[in-house]
Amino acid sequence: MTANGFWQIALILAVAFALSVPFGRYLARVFRNERTRLDPLMDPVDRLLGRIVGRRTLGMPMGWKEYAISMLVTNGLMGLLIYLILSGQGLLPLNPLKFPGLNPFLAFNTAASFITNTNWQNYSGETTLSLFSQMAAITFAMFAAAATGLVVAIAFFRALAAPADGGRNLGNFYQDFIRALTRVLLPLCLVITPVLVWQGSPETLHGLAVAHLVQGGVQRIPLGPVAGLETIKQLGTNGGGFFGANSAHPYENPTPLTNVIEILLMMLTSLSLVVTFGIMVGQRRLARVMYTVMALMLVVAIGVAVHAEQAGTPVLAGSGLMIHPGHGQMGGNMVGKETRFGITDSALFNTVSTAFTTGSVNSALDSYTPLGGMVSLVQMMLNCVFGGKGVGTLNFLMYGIFAVFIAGLMVGRTPEFLGKKIERREIVLAALALLVHPLIILLPTAWALASPGGVAALGNTASHGLSEILYAFTSAAANNGSAFAGLNANTPWYNTALGLVMLLGRYVSIILMLAVGGSLAAKPAVPSTIGTLRTDTALFGGFWFATIIVVGALTFLPALVLGPLAEFFLLYPHG
Amino acid sequence: MWRQTMGSALRLTVLVWLLCGLGYPLLEVGISDLAFPAAANGSLVRVDHRIVGSRLIGERFTGPMWFKGRPSATGDNPMHSGASNLGPLSRRLRDHLWARRAQLVRRHPSLAARRLPADMITTSGSGLDPDISLANADLQAPWVARARGLPLARVQALIAHAAHGRWLGLFGEPRVNVQVLNWTLAAALGRR
Repeated sequence: MTANGFWQIALILAVAFALSVPFGRYLARVFRNERTRLDPLMDPVDRLLGRIVGRRTLGMPMGWKEYAISMLVTNGLMGLLIYLILSGQGLLPLNPLKFPGLNPFLAFNTAASFITNTNWQNYSGETTLSLFSQMAAITFAMFAAAATGLVVAIAFFRALAAPADGGRNLGNFYQDFIRALTRVLLPLCLVITPVLVWQGSPETLHGLAVAHLVQGGVQRIPLGPVAGLETIKQLGTNGGGFFGANSAHPYENPTPLTNVIEILLMMLTSLSLVVTFGIMVGQRRLARVMYTVMALMLVVAIGVAVHAEQAGTPVLAGSGLMIHPGHGQMGGNMVGKETRFGITDSALFNTVSTAFTTGSVNSALDSYTPLGGMVSLVQMMLNCVFGGKGVGTLNFLMYGIFAVFIAGLMVGRTPEFLGKKIERREIVLAALALLVHPLIILLPTAWALASPGGVAALGNTASHGLSEILYAFTSAAANNGSAFAGLNANTPWYNTALGLVMLLGRYVSIILMLAVGGSLAAKPAVPSTIGTLRTDTALFGGFWFATIIVVGALTFLPALVLGPLAEFFLLYPHG
Repeated sequence: MWRQTMGSALRLTVLVWLLCGLGYPLLEVGISDLAFPAAANGSLVRVDHRIVGSRLIGERFTGPMWFKGRPSATGDNPMHSGASNLGPLSRRLRDHLWARRAQLVRRHPSLAARRLPADMITTSGSGLDPDISLANADLQAPWVARARGLPLARVQALIAHAAHGRWLGLFGEPRVNVQVLNWTLAAALGRR
């Protein structure tokens, strides 16, 4: 890593960490229905929306089951609306390039992908979607999926906060959803989108510009409402690009400044939610332990990825390329990376994107060095290096319940977490929530590898081909959406399989986690005694980390050995 | 309960759709068009009222008179952005790199003994990268100067004009915008 690279990373992380504390406090205020500065502006909007949705519904307290059902029904209707718009875009307005509707497989995959906050894309926006679809299906889905993730986490926090009524009131889904939009997502997007436009990201209803080149010939340049989509794509940890090249495209991410803004947007809410957790559950010390463990994992991941990309490969050196930075060029592995971002800003962006399960990329992961690509893969397998909006914190807490249970067995104490006894029901649910993830990754990966159609879609061969398929299902299960994009997954089988994995990865784990929350909320609090295993210490933080690594490693190591690790040893045969 | 849930969920869906799917992007289109009309419409550059391209979107320049941008995996076609997606061990990647290097060496035999800037023969992430590194531009400067019969210092001044430093001296890479460079080159000679 270069000195410049080090300072870029240090400064961006410092700003992100510093922002997360006040913003985490703000989120707690928003979801405790306390006063915020935006109230004078947004209260009328809330009242209007509330009146239409139904005052009676909004006032209804919900237990975990009602909350989950409202979430599922709303997401189901929204997903259906997205599917209908995508299928019927040929009949809808704002379609300057006259794109036809999507076929049912691709429309299903895309609707499932965007409503689950995955944003896996088996299409290229510029050759597939009308401007209307980019706004009314894609941008809309990004807000909806982000708000859903956020409010689920908030409901879980309320369950842990041990309400007096035994968990019958985790808040109201509709009210939370509206506040997530009017107090968090919309105001930030409204302010930041013009900054991206100022830097060069288009926001227009013209679909196409035709340029007459100085050398003769014509260049057709697709345009559209790019910047507005870009902002929510990053803030909502969604990740699906307006264009096929995603954030590598100069219109999505025109300058180093927009790159910094997009990185900070990805990190903002997931970092802040840990702070919000500390405040809402009254466990600030525990929140600090969690924050520290996740931040250390993130820093290590960034360090490994940037180092691996800057080091380049023997193939590049053997092709007569400069590997060391300096003399007016950046060195390293520039295959699939943009000049304005160079090595550091590319590897940093993609590592943050897979840690926070955004899935947007500003460089081609498929062409990363084996270790640089593996960092992204491992982060999605663990799925809790801060993780996506809301869900990451919840995953981390599931590991916490697991760690408490194992530690309890080791020292012979009744496992307790957040002042509640952890018993059979919670352990079974938490284990299921954690086991669903490897199950829906490894089974379909094996199936795809064993079927001719699965292998025919590959863009690369040998161990890198295995990585492409493994990456696809890991990305879908983690609701990330980034890809080793050489895989041509726009086939009926992949569209269906990936679509189902995304739906299972999102909703099964959310329901199980809410069930854990509901179960804990219904229990009486156990007073903390001298015999209680304290969870808010550095020692337990270390044990927590070890649990994540051991569980993650045991589950995924064999697959990693066959994919990126095998490739690593082939590429660097002499170490 | 089911009827109430379905009704509320349906109304919420329609409202959020109107607010976030139509209201928000259309409002931003309006604001952007007023505040930053050029950037909001793609940073297009016009010569004699004709669009010659976008400052942000690379195009393919051929022949010795022009600076060359980075190779594109998708044929420098803005209608199809993307990368090569070739893995680090891919044989096709190695073949492409060797072929591009050999082509350069054929034209400029002095390159045979030296290493090339990291961006010069590698394809970009978008296939539309408008920029090259300073080293890449410096290497090409004498070739273009000779082909156009211009003093080298003049060409180097044009490079400096099209160059960007790091943002705040820290973020991003120093780079030269090939689009801007070639347009000024064309204008400097008064021929197109």
